[in-house]
Amino acid sequence: MARSTTTRRKIITTAAAWAIGFTIFFPILWTILTSFKTEAQAISDPPVFLFFDWTLENYAVVQERSNYMRFLWNSVIIAGGSTVLGVLIAVPAAWSMAFVPSRRTKDILLWMLSTKMLPAVGVLYPIYLICIELGLLDSRIALVVILMLINLPIIVWMLYTYFKEIPGEILEAARMDGASLKEEILYVLTPMAIPGIASTLLLNFILAWNEAFWTLNLTAAKAAPLTAFIASYSSPEGLFYAKLSAASTMAIAPILILGWFSQKQLVRGLTFGAVK
Amino acid sequence: MSLKSTLSAATALALVTAGGAYAEAHSPTITIATVNNGDMIRMQGYTDQFTEQTGINVEWVTLEENVLRQRVTTDITTSGGQFDIMTIGMYETPIWGSNGWLVPLDNLSDDYDAGDILPAMAGGLSHDGTLYAAPFYGESSMIMYRTDLMEAAGLEMPEAPTWEFIRDAAAAMTDRDNDINGICLRGKAGWGEGGAFITAMSNSFGARWFDEEWNAQFDTEAWANTVNFFKDMMDASGPAGYATNGFNENLSLFQQGNCGMWIDATVAASFVTNPNDSTVADSVGFALAPDTGLGKRSNWLWAWALAIPAGTQQQAEALQFIEWATSKDYIELVAANEGWANVPPGARTSLYENPNYQDVPFAQMTLDSILSADPQNPTVDPVPYVGVQFAAIPEFAGIASEVSQEFSAAYAGQQTVEEALAKAQDITTEAMEAAGY
Repeated sequence: MARSTTTRRKIITTAAAWAIGFTIFFPILWTILTSFKTEAQAISDPPVFLFFDWTLENYAVVQERSNYMRFLWNSVIIAGGSTVLGVLIAVPAAWSMAFVPSRRTKDILLWMLSTKMLPAVGVLYPIYLICIELGLLDSRIALVVILMLINLPIIVWMLYTYFKEIPGEILEAARMDGASLKEEILYVLTPMAIPGIASTLLLNFILAWNEAFWTLNLTAAKAAPLTAFIASYSSPEGLFYAKLSAASTMAIAPILILGWFSQKQLVRGLTFGAVK
Repeated sequence: MSLKSTLSAATALALVTAGGAYAEAHSPTITIATVNNGDMIRMQGYTDQFTEQTGINVEWVTLEENVLRQRVTTDITTSGGQFDIMTIGMYETPIWGSNGWLVPLDNLSDDYDAGDILPAMAGGLSHDGTLYAAPFYGESSMIMYRTDLMEAAGLEMPEAPTWEFIRDAAAAMTDRDNDINGICLRGKAGWGEGGAFITAMSNSFGARWFDEEWNAQFDTEAWANTVNFFKDMMDASGPAGYATNGFNENLSLFQQGNCGMWIDATVAASFVTNPNDSTVADSVGFALAPDTGLGKRSNWLWAWALAIPAGTQQQAEALQFIEWATSKDYIELVAANEGWANVPPGARTSLYENPNYQDVPFAQMTLDSILSADPQNPTVDPVPYVGVQFAAIPEFAGIASEVSQEFSAAYAGQQTVEEALAKAQDITTEAMEAAGY
């Protein structure tokens, strides 16, 4: 009896998990399917799901119209650069907060996070003017720095949480063995926090990849990433859904593939220390 | 081949390649910000020909309309210098021209024939008689209707119908069991979406945004008549959820055969008559936007135009491009390659005198619609502003976005029309007082 109850519960839980997963993934699946339809099929009512004449025409049109590789390369540089730079700065910051906290550490952490509550448009003009003065408009450097600064509070918070899970005694032992501060962070702390650092890297890479306010407002032709690529296919008058879907699929494909291959690491990192 | 001749050939090839790369790197490059629509995308395809003729390289930044508006506004107000040419509309041009943000286009060449620009377009893109942007294409709005459904309802569409006729025809064509709505109109919030439609419609009902003293006018009977008429007609004969429908949603509905009539941008005519995208392509008729007999029709006027920001370092090159892209020769170039139905419409008088273009089914109705809109005198009673579906003042976009949200809430049944109008009056009055009018 107990065995059948457990089996039934397992089936129900699994089915529920698949249903939730499918519901969350459905908009992406629909976008991918639409990208293989003709424009007429894309808006047909009732909608067609799988049984339509699959075509690659939309991808050909998008490829012909836009320099996809340039947008992709800019996205990789901007998202990758800002993430790596952010982690390099955040690791020592999170270390000091986790292992040598002061009376104000909690306040500082909270203050850092509160900067995320400021609407981005509120600082658009000051940052735009700074970029003009420094000659950094439409440059990848500006976006690497700005996205790093925007995501830094989250990176510090995540790393701080992971570091707090590591017993301070291990670091003390390393110090007793004569490890310098640099060696302590590099050879003791970092290897132990690899799952946490990996998930922080991945999450922030995704956040930077999807960022669509600064990347649209501070770029023109040279540094525009994939967010600008998608924006160029949207139109209030005469929206071509199939082509927009093809452009969207091309924009999300790299991050989907990255997420797929690193899902184990990502889940491990996100649940790190969640259950003791 | 000997080593010597191989080396010589390689050196020559390297020199030629390096020379080409040097020339390309050192030839001037202009950056153009533009919107994503068919005519603009088509123009990008012909840019190589411009580069071949002039040696000027062109970089395109294509963005969605609202993103583009925000992007170019930020750039021009901070003198960012990101763009050498901006694609802007009739709303921005007179305001930015008066602020000194745009280069006046008063030195266009004789060959360009600036006098050929349709007067309505030139008027809407000027400030104090000076042209600040050259129209690439222009549009108005008109009725697109299903000839088969109209015939089945036993009706005949007049060339210039009244709103009463449209309401009755919509009711007669509606067949909700078969997913046919008599009429599809924009109800979506946003000054360029439902806000543009209801403003143009209100002109034909004798309403206006402001009186001559800049006082808001939403507490007038004319506005109550406009919004009540719209809501009653759409509730009876419009599609479900029309309060959130904009151009794209209605285009899909019409192309799928779910609308008897659709009043919207003239540019939609080419979409609904294209058999590749539209299931009703062979049964579409056109008529002027309706009126109520007060002397003003409910069609709008808009142009996407090319302007040069005052801060650009490449003014001469930018002007050269504008002359090329908005010339008669460019129209001929597109016609020769893609047919007359695909040339950018609504900008030049000579296009409508061309017998080849007169054969395009919606050409004459587009011209008639454009000519019947008067941005200088858009309303029955006099107003202090220029613009048909907008008032060309900087505050308008913000105010109209809020007002259109109130109207959309009324269409959706979340509040009454009277409540929406009262809120619109308060929003507008408050904003105009704060702005110092």
